[in-house]
Amino acid sequence: MHLILFIVFAGFCLAGAINLLLQSHPINSALSLIVVMTSLAVLYLLLGAEFLAAAQVIVYAGAIMVLFTFVVMLLNAGREDRTLGSRSARVVGFPAVVVILGVLATVILKAQGLGVVTLSDGITSTADLSTVLFRELLLPFEVTSVLILIAILGAVALARSGDGERTSK
Amino acid sequence: MIPISWYLLLSAALFSLGMVGFLVKRNIVTVFMSIELMLNAVNLSFVTFAHQWHMVKGQIFVFFVMVVAAAEAAVGLAIIIAVFRARSTLAVDRIDLMKL
Repeated sequence: MHLILFIVFAGFCLAGAINLLLQSHPINSALSLIVVMTSLAVLYLLLGAEFLAAAQVIVYAGAIMVLFTFVVMLLNAGREDRTLGSRSARVVGFPAVVVILGVLATVILKAQGLGVVTLSDGITSTADLSTVLFRELLLPFEVTSVLILIAILGAVALARSGDGERTSK
Repeated sequence: MIPISWYLLLSAALFSLGMVGFLVKRNIVTVFMSIELMLNAVNLSFVTFAHQWHMVKGQIFVFFVMVVAAAEAAVGLAIIIAVFRARSTLAVDRIDLMKL
């Protein structure tokens, strides 16, 4: 059961990621990225991270991807054209990526002491997570709220700066 | 029973695919999506190691990565909108000057 779930959703992940690369229209890439993120949520559940699975669906597949599709539609982005830059990036980039993937795979396969995942391992409950988050890591949590506030202000300032300049002229 | 290394290999593969997308794609929005894909790949290995060592803090790290990714997406897409207003293009090859 576990094996079937892992193979199916890992396959969805990889297929979505490859489809993201092959599609030339950004909206198709965005939709395949949603497939990747939702399948990752299932993998999080298999690893016993129930809160993160929910947050993955809500924050990533929900909020962030809605933002992406919204921007793609707002800017009316069309198909991308192949240029000299993409060709040179292929010539230099693909061997580098293959080397990095090879190094990572070798390190992972040679690592000692990695265990196995079973479905009976139990889940990390949201209560456990929040105990650590709100006791030991309260300061980072509060700092993050300031970061989000600054990000909101920055996004609003950036998105309306064009209008501001035009009206000041 | 699935070895931990399978999850890590999936994470490495997703990260590499994101890197390929970052290098090859020419649309600035798709390049940004590739960055999100890489963040997700690293999140998967965080969750895997949290499971391996029975540490809750690994999952909290993923939580913070998600928060920062949300903030980054908001600011990044605002920058993309500003760039599109100034240049009327989304091709990264034609966005090669920092001044307007």
